[in-house]
Amino acid sequence: MDIQLPAHYYDRLFEGLQVTLQVLALAFALGIVLSVVLGVARLSPSRIARSVSLAWIEVTRGISTIVLLFWMAYALPILLGVDQPSLLLMGSIALGINMGGYGGEIVRGAIQSVPRGQTEASIALNLTETQRLRHVILPQAMRIILPPMGNLTIEILKGTALVSLISLSDLSYEGVKLRVSGRLSPDAPSDAVLFVNILVIYFVVAQIINGLFRLAEWRVNRRFEGARNGVELSPSPKVTAGAGG
Amino acid sequence: MSTDTDPVTPSPAGAHHVAPPDIRPWWLRPKTFVIAAGVVVFAAFMWRFGGGDIRFSTEHRPRPGTTFDWDYFFALVPDMLRGIWVTAQATVAGFAVALVIGLLLALGRRSRLRVVRLPVALFIEFVRSTPLLIQLYFVYYALPDWDITLGAFVTLVIGLGVHYGTYCSEAYRAGINSVPKGQWEASTALNLGPTTKWSQIIIPQAIPNVLPALGNFLIAGFKDAPLGSTIQVTGILAFATAASGRSFDAGVEPYTLIGIGFLLVSIPSAWLVRRLERRIAYERIS
Amino acid sequence: MNASAEPSDRPGPVDSPHDPVSSPAVRMRGVNKAFGDNVVLQGLDLDVAPGERVVIIGPSGSGKTTILRVIMTLERPDSGTIEVNGRHLYHEQKGGQLKPAGEKHIRSVRSDVGMVFQHFNLFPHMTALENIALAPIKAKGMGKREAHQLGMDLLDKVGLVEHANHTPGQLSGGQKQRVAIARSLATEPAVMLFDEVTSALDPELVGEVLTVLRDIAEDGTTTMMLVTHEMGFASEVADKVIMFDNGQVIEEGLPSEVLKDPQNERTQAFLGAVVKH
Repeated sequence: MDIQLPAHYYDRLFEGLQVTLQVLALAFALGIVLSVVLGVARLSPSRIARSVSLAWIEVTRGISTIVLLFWMAYALPILLGVDQPSLLLMGSIALGINMGGYGGEIVRGAIQSVPRGQTEASIALNLTETQRLRHVILPQAMRIILPPMGNLTIEILKGTALVSLISLSDLSYEGVKLRVSGRLSPDAPSDAVLFVNILVIYFVVAQIINGLFRLAEWRVNRRFEGARNGVELSPSPKVTAGAGG
Repeated sequence: MSTDTDPVTPSPAGAHHVAPPDIRPWWLRPKTFVIAAGVVVFAAFMWRFGGGDIRFSTEHRPRPGTTFDWDYFFALVPDMLRGIWVTAQATVAGFAVALVIGLLLALGRRSRLRVVRLPVALFIEFVRSTPLLIQLYFVYYALPDWDITLGAFVTLVIGLGVHYGTYCSEAYRAGINSVPKGQWEASTALNLGPTTKWSQIIIPQAIPNVLPALGNFLIAGFKDAPLGSTIQVTGILAFATAASGRSFDAGVEPYTLIGIGFLLVSIPSAWLVRRLERRIAYERIS
Repeated sequence: MNASAEPSDRPGPVDSPHDPVSSPAVRMRGVNKAFGDNVVLQGLDLDVAPGERVVIIGPSGSGKTTILRVIMTLERPDSGTIEVNGRHLYHEQKGGQLKPAGEKHIRSVRSDVGMVFQHFNLFPHMTALENIALAPIKAKGMGKREAHQLGMDLLDKVGLVEHANHTPGQLSGGQKQRVAIARSLATEPAVMLFDEVTSALDPELVGEVLTVLRDIAEDGTTTMMLVTHEMGFASEVADKVIMFDNGQVIEEGLPSEVLKDPQNERTQAFLGAVVKH
């Protein structure tokens, strides 16, 4: 069985892939921002911030991505009185919101996994709360965040296939269209070949995402191993001992 | 308290109150039969009532000019519940399939033979990182090329089963790996056979670690099950699409309704899974 | 330096302007702290003079670490006042009254205090030099180059220049603790708190850390409060030894008095147990 598709099929599929990647990028950007905001808010000293973020996370994790997508595409614009919503934007926002719910819990767990002594040492060094988070806690939490965040990003990639159901011409949508148009021509490839090809394209993209996250993990872990950046190592000629007085 | 429960002093025959242990093998115990009967009844029930057409029990339409008509919203509730019932059936059946497929995949992944291990690993990775939607299309549209034609509901169950089976296999694997090395070594030291080692030592200790993950997959499967509407399974999403298609501007109420219906099922379920998780963690500590 | 015995009826300035000469480096008055039912500080009064080196001893769980932790603002006292260099740590003077202080005020007073921890608490994702330079850059607004120079000088002081670009994971326990001390010195605190800084170390690594502490003590300008079980070291560097138990100071005085000739029987029992070990 020939596993390859005719060339013009690939042209169409790669056009669709561009939309898929566009949706993925937008959803990812929104998802990451939401994850950090929600993860930090879940551990905030403010009661309101804690309960709002908890409720947000529960709802966005509890609802089905596809239901959220349909609701955002078909119900929300009417409720808001928007006539022609950008489906690309709505689809990306729905996926991003979904990612933020899960990502928020990842970030929260990672922040909590940083030992308490790190916070105490930062207080003893008189860092502000923002500096603590930015320079001490989040860099260490990153090690814990990256692996599940990579998996989550692949889940979002899989989720982008759903935007085909609200008529965005992504990879899946193009695939279905090719299947329908192929039924009219006798020498069209079989459905099996078509769908296997689409699956393989998704698989390759997923593996690339996986590789990028591995790279990021490697870079973060390297920070913990030291001896890498060239700060000149000479002490000043006289020992000034800027401490103690 | 009394000397006859003292493990050191041998008790006179018949004097202790502890019931003798059940020495029947597990497949002869009453509990097994109850569970098996439940599974059979459930399967029969699904077979009979799964799928079917959408029949609307209401002729209600939204009043024109309103953005949100509460009367219409409430009139749709019974139909929504029918839809969610179908979705839930597909989820549970799919999950049962996933549990079994997951086990097979986990065993294959542990195989000593490379020709088994590597393809299984590739299969798991492939299925896990590609969209369920396209997998459903594949089963529904492509398998007939090989003369395998499945109904919509069965397709959804198989699709969910295989998709989440790969997730389950990873959970099993993690659970097995979580059993401390000393337990394996002790089994070897006691010269236990593979069957005893697995059934008595490893699996009982792995299950508590796996249960919460499986619970989460069940909920995740429930959230993916509405995809069945794309292959004409008349679940919750198909209901909403049909309802919104009945009149212009009628989409707000049904889509909002199924969103709420979803949350009413998934949030309590997630809460139950977390309780389970905490209880298990607690038992491990104490 | 009188502490627990005398109630705080001294007319001394309540919230005098910053005046390190006349006001004690640390003044605690009626400080209470309980964790649930467990009372760890019971109306504690304590004065530490500028430049003084105070060693706090006592059985484990007696709350001596909590003294350091409330001064470092890691635990908030349930009641009572703490002054550092004449400024209230947890309170602000507002309209002639003491009001609970805001975060800004606490930060400003806290800049006079530094702490070294039992488990080092170095930042594992930063090199030794970055650990030291972080606070000068971020909390004091020092330039990067200047902070790195300061860091190298301090690493030189603790004998670890060649480890500047190593992360904590690459250092031994003793080296980690010396970096942690340098990190705390970099913020130039007037009061330095040392919480059992040698307890987590292998015995053969204790000496190198004590040497560094001795150097700081000899400079004579930094006020030091140390919780330690190293009695030999205590008698060597301390100006004053405080025996602490059940949330209260039960004996205090010169090392020669408290350690060599304890009057209180709980002190005697404690020292007996420590020596036996």
